[in-house]
Amino acid sequence: MADVIQQQVQTATISGHHEVDYLSDGNGIKDWLYTVDHKRIGIMYLILVLTAFLAGGLLAMAIRLELLTPARTIMDAETYNRVFTLHGAIMVFLFIIPSIPAALGNFVLPLMLGAKDVAFPRLNLASFYIYVLGACMMLGAILTGGVDTGWTFYTPYSTSTSGSVALTTMGVFVLGFSSIFTGINFIATIHKMRAPGMGWFEMPLFVWGMYSTAVIQVLATPVLGITMVLLVLERAFGIGIFDPRIGGDPVLFQHFFWFYSHPAVYIMILPGMAIISEVIPTFSHRTIFGYRGIAFSSVAIALVSFIVWGHHMFTSGQSQLINGVFSFLTFIVGIPSGIKVFNWVATMYQGRITLKAPMLFAISFLLLFTIGGLTGLFLGSLSVDIHLHDTYFVVAHFHYVMMGGTVIAFLAGLHYWWPKMFGRMYNEKLAALSCALIFVGFNVTFLTQFVLGSRGMPRRYYNYLDQFQPLHQFSTFGSWILGLGFFIMLGYLLASLRGPKNAPADPWGGTTMEWQALSPPITHNFSGTPVLTRAPYDYRNVPQGVDK
Amino acid sequence: MSVVETIQHDHAEVHDPHQQHHFATAEQQQDASKIGMWLFLVTEVLLFGGLFVGYIVMQGRFPEAWKSAHHHLQRELGALNTVVLLVSSFTMVMAVQAAKLNRRKQLIGNLWVTIICAFIFLIVKYFEYSHKYHEGLLPFKAFYSYTGPQVPGEFHFFSFYFMMTGLHGFHILGGIAVMLWILKRAYAGEFTSQYYTPVDLIGLYWHLVDLIWIYLFPLLYLIS
Repeated sequence: MADVIQQQVQTATISGHHEVDYLSDGNGIKDWLYTVDHKRIGIMYLILVLTAFLAGGLLAMAIRLELLTPARTIMDAETYNRVFTLHGAIMVFLFIIPSIPAALGNFVLPLMLGAKDVAFPRLNLASFYIYVLGACMMLGAILTGGVDTGWTFYTPYSTSTSGSVALTTMGVFVLGFSSIFTGINFIATIHKMRAPGMGWFEMPLFVWGMYSTAVIQVLATPVLGITMVLLVLERAFGIGIFDPRIGGDPVLFQHFFWFYSHPAVYIMILPGMAIISEVIPTFSHRTIFGYRGIAFSSVAIALVSFIVWGHHMFTSGQSQLINGVFSFLTFIVGIPSGIKVFNWVATMYQGRITLKAPMLFAISFLLLFTIGGLTGLFLGSLSVDIHLHDTYFVVAHFHYVMMGGTVIAFLAGLHYWWPKMFGRMYNEKLAALSCALIFVGFNVTFLTQFVLGSRGMPRRYYNYLDQFQPLHQFSTFGSWILGLGFFIMLGYLLASLRGPKNAPADPWGGTTMEWQALSPPITHNFSGTPVLTRAPYDYRNVPQGVDK
Repeated sequence: MSVVETIQHDHAEVHDPHQQHHFATAEQQQDASKIGMWLFLVTEVLLFGGLFVGYIVMQGRFPEAWKSAHHHLQRELGALNTVVLLVSSFTMVMAVQAAKLNRRKQLIGNLWVTIICAFIFLIVKYFEYSHKYHEGLLPFKAFYSYTGPQVPGEFHFFSFYFMMTGLHGFHILGGIAVMLWILKRAYAGEFTSQYYTPVDLIGLYWHLVDLIWIYLFPLLYLIS
């Protein structure tokens, strides 16, 4: 233990002479805007995705507030439609998809591989600015009237409604390029930039998750791109492909849309699983159970994700045979997901668990994701889905996966790498409080919605029958608890930035390579080229981390 | 015990001027670039793939319209353009080979022929488009104004004809722009047998653009 700390101190003194940390390396506005440093781009992404999350979150609070009473509470029906559409579009395209890969992944992936940067640093910066452009287009759409189609833009409604459908969908098209560029960059980086001595099975599991995600980003996103172009052309001039009035097939749009958007669900959840695979072994101080099982299940999820899109369309009138096939394939997704959950739990078994904030979030993830995954099987069953389709049960299910899964995992990762990113520790007690509030608030909000949905409350409705009011109110109270948890988090994270740079290089006792870099890392990440000398997750002779 | 050892950077080492600092070797950089290009091509295939699927579905809905509408296309011009693109693909291969063998003049010559072929393709396409324009055989419900004898649904065919060949045409234009830039660098003598990655990459791109046309030609011009 002592010699590890000794060694880190030595590195610090040696590099202190000629290499500054990346945060202090030039602080003019141009030093940031023109940077090709993956760490700075990651931080810039982080600021924007968190801003998007704040905006999307406030919209969600407004939706819940409106649903406090059956009739009008704070907004009229048209506004309500725009608000839930915006909530969905912002959360999906501006927050969740870029959140883990582009913000956290950009920062830690090259560090984990022992690389100086991603393979194409300029493409990385381009990806960031394309994201900004796409975000501006969506902002423009809000200012010019908003969209009321829901984030899925289903035809024929989206080809006939007024509002800024064209600008929003072109914004999605542009954001797609940003996502593709990140994907291309990560695949090339993982193939070619691994440190000497690091084979495919010596990579941290986070990297496997990022790899699987990137494959989906590259393969699925172009289809969404062309779909959005077709939708805009159909709306503006009439191709005759989606609009039934001129001979089109609106269900074809659903096929096109879900061919991307179902894999996109895994673009969102795989990175979350990737973070959990790092946090759980670190805070259990025990080698990950079933490394290859977790690695291959990520790839398996990525591949299977392409052949299950039809389960979004069981009630669209597609043939019963196709429905049966898609239902069967959907159940297959449960296998690799289950493998992961069992491996994580097996890793914790007989480990020396320390309940720091990242681990608290990771445990919350395990509980919430398991509920989200299992209720997905309900919806994948044909007969049950006929009853539950387009009800709050679906809303609750995907919030358990997307928020209980991805967002909670994102928070785990944010707390795990925060000291690495900013060189500062946050208030651990407030973090635990915030995690508890979010966990309770989340379950109050969304567990209730399973009940609402199974009793027949349809999603996206502005009004509802009086009998649903108690449950809706309970759900809305939950959203306030959730909101409180997030505002406390915002407070202590911002407060930590004002403190001194007090984080050691490896505050948690992690074994992957990013913990060998200083906190915050120097601009070139490591002084010299690091060489991997032992497998990841080997916790022998690694201290449990520094307290406080 | 330490997880990593570090190799100190050897600053005396002679670096290829084209090698970016974050790569350890020029070979690593070249391999990474190639992977990046292949992935980009995969995204291109999927982008066009969406249009191909749309084409097939709509053809299934309007088989008669497809058969009747395709007679408006001039097969000879389509065939001519196919030959032009095949020739350009060949000269592109020769250009890459010339770069690999350090033959600058051959590289420049072959790039010029490729660029000229690309222009010929666009000129032929211009004549085809303007002919359609004058007859009112235009894409989309909003523009289609042909009044001659026809089967219902022919405008769908022209929507797809223009979207697919149009998107392909933009790729030809983009290819020309990049080839001109590479030509400029070739004149400046930037490429050697040690470093010719950009030539290699534009070659890959150009073959894909050619390949897409190989599919477009029978799908649009040779329906029976």
